[in-house]
Amino acid sequence: MTDEAQIAKTETVAGPQPVLEVRHITKRFPGVLALDDVSIQILPGEVHAVVGENGAGKSTLMKIMVGAYTPDQGTIWFQGEKISFAHPIQAQRAGLSIIYQEFNLLPERTVAQNIYLGREPARLGLVDTQQLNQQAADVLKELGAETFISPTAPLNTLSVAEQQMVEIAKAISFDSKVLIMDEPTAALTVTEVNILKDLVNRLKARGLAIVFISHRLIEVFDLADRITVLKDGRLVDTVQASTVRPSKIVHMMVGREIEHYFPPLATPEEIGPVVLRIKNAANKFLNDINLELRTGEIVGVAGLQGSGRTELAQALFGVNPFRTGEMELNGVQVPIRSPGQAIRKGMGFVTEDRKAEGILPNQPVNDNIMLTVRSMQALLTRVLRNGTRRDPHLVPALAKKVDVRVSSFGRELQYLSGGNQQKVVLAKWLASGAKVFIFDEPTRGIDVEAKASIHEMIRDLTRQGAAVLMISSELPEIIGMSDRIVVMWDGTIIGELPAGSKESEIMLMATGQVAVAEDSQHESAAPVEAREEKA
Amino acid sequence: MAQATTTSPTREETVLTRLWGWIRRIPPIFPVLIVIFLAVGYLNPNFLTTPGALAFLRRAAPLAILAIGQLFVIASGGLDLSVGSLVTFVVIGSALLIDNDPNKAMPAILIMLGIGVLVGLINGIAVAYFKIPSLIATLGMLLMLKGAGLYWTGGAPRGYLTDNFRFFGRGFIENFPLVERFPVPVLILLAVGIAAYVIFHMTNLGRSILAVGDNPTASRLSGIHVRKVRIIAFILSSVFAIIAGIMVGGFGGVTIIAGDGLELQAISAAVLGGAVLLGGRGSVPNVIAGALTLEALFNLLNLLGLPKPLRDAVQGLIIIGAVAYTALAARRRK
Amino acid sequence: MTTTTVTANGLKKTIQSLRIPPVYFFMLAIFVLGVILDQIFARGQMLTPSILVNIIIRSVALGIVAIGQTVVMIGASIDLSVAYTISLTAVLSSFLMQGDPARVPMTVALVFLIGAVVGLVNGLIITKLKVNPFIATLGTGLVIKGALNATFSNFAGEVPASFQTLGYGTIGPVPISVIILVGVAVAGWFILSRTKFGAHLYGVGGNQEVARLSGLRTDRVIIVAHIICSLTAVLTGLFVVSRLRSGAPWIGPDGVYDLESIAATVVGGTALSGGRGGVAGTIAGVLIFGVLDTIFNQLGMDTFLKSVLRGAVIILAVASYTIRSKREAA
Repeated sequence: MTDEAQIAKTETVAGPQPVLEVRHITKRFPGVLALDDVSIQILPGEVHAVVGENGAGKSTLMKIMVGAYTPDQGTIWFQGEKISFAHPIQAQRAGLSIIYQEFNLLPERTVAQNIYLGREPARLGLVDTQQLNQQAADVLKELGAETFISPTAPLNTLSVAEQQMVEIAKAISFDSKVLIMDEPTAALTVTEVNILKDLVNRLKARGLAIVFISHRLIEVFDLADRITVLKDGRLVDTVQASTVRPSKIVHMMVGREIEHYFPPLATPEEIGPVVLRIKNAANKFLNDINLELRTGEIVGVAGLQGSGRTELAQALFGVNPFRTGEMELNGVQVPIRSPGQAIRKGMGFVTEDRKAEGILPNQPVNDNIMLTVRSMQALLTRVLRNGTRRDPHLVPALAKKVDVRVSSFGRELQYLSGGNQQKVVLAKWLASGAKVFIFDEPTRGIDVEAKASIHEMIRDLTRQGAAVLMISSELPEIIGMSDRIVVMWDGTIIGELPAGSKESEIMLMATGQVAVAEDSQHESAAPVEAREEKA
Repeated sequence: MAQATTTSPTREETVLTRLWGWIRRIPPIFPVLIVIFLAVGYLNPNFLTTPGALAFLRRAAPLAILAIGQLFVIASGGLDLSVGSLVTFVVIGSALLIDNDPNKAMPAILIMLGIGVLVGLINGIAVAYFKIPSLIATLGMLLMLKGAGLYWTGGAPRGYLTDNFRFFGRGFIENFPLVERFPVPVLILLAVGIAAYVIFHMTNLGRSILAVGDNPTASRLSGIHVRKVRIIAFILSSVFAIIAGIMVGGFGGVTIIAGDGLELQAISAAVLGGAVLLGGRGSVPNVIAGALTLEALFNLLNLLGLPKPLRDAVQGLIIIGAVAYTALAARRRK
Repeated sequence: MTTTTVTANGLKKTIQSLRIPPVYFFMLAIFVLGVILDQIFARGQMLTPSILVNIIIRSVALGIVAIGQTVVMIGASIDLSVAYTISLTAVLSSFLMQGDPARVPMTVALVFLIGAVVGLVNGLIITKLKVNPFIATLGTGLVIKGALNATFSNFAGEVPASFQTLGYGTIGPVPISVIILVGVAVAGWFILSRTKFGAHLYGVGGNQEVARLSGLRTDRVIIVAHIICSLTAVLTGLFVVSRLRSGAPWIGPDGVYDLESIAATVVGGTALSGGRGGVAGTIAGVLIFGVLDTIFNQLGMDTFLKSVLRGAVIILAVASYTIRSKREAA
């Protein structure tokens, strides 16, 4: 589309000039074309969502906007003027702020110190603390947060949502005209998302434009005025949120029918005996856990942030074991007290955060894959590069199975792409010969095609007789994959739903409202006595 | 996403590229070692003869063994500052225990080895269970060993080391094939070196140590007993220090400064040999090469007539240079 | 809630609001223990003013350099060259002054300049060559050690008697050395909590990436921190030589100033990983060592046993902080 046509299009859609505009942006990295001739306008006072698969170019585009990357081709226009920022701090000073998923904050410093880091009000090198705190208080007041966030509070005493607000306060303090947010709702509870919504509206009213990247289409439609879809580094389209349905957006993102996403659920014959049974188990974070897992089945664990899903996985795997109650594996009482024990008993755990918990970045692919196998052997066992004595070609076989694409198994893991790293993690657990798998957000941050292949692999596991417990925040994934769904709330399993339940039914339970099932014909939803939300 | 296109290389190009790739991957310490060896040999032709080289290896053996011990700890993500004072402890403690009675030599050695295990255990528990940074924990141990050793001997070296004890530091194996006189310390170095190589590169223990140094959380969640591995690394370091101490006692005199500065030399040698202080990387042969390079360098400085104190200055410049080079190379790789 | 829990909570809140570093309770405990032991096993003189003053005087040398070390450690760095900087200062001072009071100002200016250069070099190696601070300062320390030992093998020259007032003089009842320590402590506290540099130092030490993204000049901050540390080492050297009258190359390492300044800082609550801590805690750490030393002396303990116990105290003190942390240590 020519420049003129594009500008014409903008002006017919909404009168004002765009506050931020990128024109014909192209960006190449070694071996990959990240962005290809992308042009977007951001209008003042609008909330503009950018969606797309992983690798579609969203993050790259945002980074180019704030000057963390320079484009190979194309121009950036801010408030009508052509600009080129050499460092994100320049963009920030000009009024263009970005909030990353991992906040750029210092936990040991106070709120005010964080907001004004590098720009402390000072005279002759001495910080004016009173002025600092006052300015911070003023900014917090603009956000309506002055009642529960104090400028002198150390940052590490605040919840994740409150810390996000401090980040937003930082942006406001720069008198930002455009605020870019990367996955703002990923770590928030439902209540906190609502508070964020109010905040967004407040900011809109001030004329701020907000650009955000998100994978969660429900929230995208909740918050956004317009949605831009990127695919393979190219712009697919920019549409009004009110004029499209979510399925159309997904279609634009992948160009595929959604129905082919998920492998078929297990039939009753494929589900075997109970392999894992938990009775009345509890620990510091969980209470009254009763759970059964059968071979051949995938049990989905739904629930909101803070409901205790990861804590459940950690308890099962021995990271933070249960303190009371019973745990049975294959009919034998066996309290799992450590990850090593869990692995020896045939359990595997694919964690949420592979960078921090899943991979050894400086070790080669084969050592990563062999990690669990070797941890079960004696320390003085001889190491074979790609396998065990019994199975010397284990690594190449598994790598093929999970479709890891790498030039050599001696390559260090830090040089692999995110998707390939996750596949190596999967291979590691397959190598351990586990029969009970726990997956925590198995496809988070992974593009749709890789997602589908991982789903296929998970179902494959159950077809071969394994049992799978799958935690996920993505309801379509829960519904698409689970033979049974358990819902968690406030540290306990609040209820169970059959396969194919509706998103609304799951969400209802997840927010603490349980159907009163005294008389199934007179079901009504009643909220469970709400306890204080856990941080 | 769009793929990058490549043209297929010719046959000559592949062979040459492979060769160059192989050459590029030789750890830089080896060419440096060769250069320094040749320099020393030029100034002292005796150095390049077999007896001369063996004499050099005999002198370098304690440092090499200490460096290997340090590698185990560094690869697991820590640092062991107590090895120098452990060497001193072995020297003055053995002299006191043996007190010129050859029958007491073997028991003394066994006691020292036991103490080594105990020290390593304490270091390991402090770091693994009490989560004390290894810098602080082994520093505390350094002070304790220094004090304990001096207290035990009353502040001055007492007692006497017998010849059978000194054999490990001074002795020769006679009638050895080819060489006739083979220094015992070199034999010990060979044995320790091979054992360490096997442990570090060929067993689970070595892989586990690297894993723990690289990402302790991921290791723990994959079933590795992180605490046990850390403790074993410290025990290995201390035991190797005991062995080095026995050699030092045998070769040199009994002084209260026998082990002074050795821990820093050992760390320098390990770093020269490619060990990364953050953990997760390292190799036994490279570290041995690092120790030999350091020792050869000291030799070179001696031959050049540089006064002894300048050794320290040079050592300082070397380790800065070595680490700067490694950091540069690592960043270039990324 | 019952009244006792209310008052307990209230007390707890007051104490917390004062933000006294927990190390002070530790120090109090050791002091009390020491007094008790002293009463039982020794002559019971711990509480006499002269002994108490002695504790503080003993702490001056270590205290000054520990404050410098604190600054550097908050920036997530470390300085292992301080012992040799102290030696260098002591030797050069006595050598240059040669007992002549007229030479004092020039010599003092010169040694401070040299100290600043040492700090600058440390900072540059760390920030520009990107060498690990442990190795970098270890290296420069060894270079200084070598150069020093090659030039001087024994005590060299002497400082004039007038200069010795630094170490021995008093203003009224208060020893000058204590005044200096207090001055350095206040200066350190001021720099850390009241200046822009201090705020930026906590940022750089807490998270370099965040600091960089906020536009902080991380390199400059670290270099300045190292210069400050070296300057405190010089001051310690001047103090030490004023008490000994002459400087020798082994003064620094003999006093174990490098490792002990680190230990005192960590015991005082500053984290090795940076971004956290302060002068108040370090002073307490230094005083703990001073109290321990005095207790050992009163109990007539062997010098070497002192070393053993000192090492044990360091380990236990740090363990009491770190055992509660969930992070993996190295």
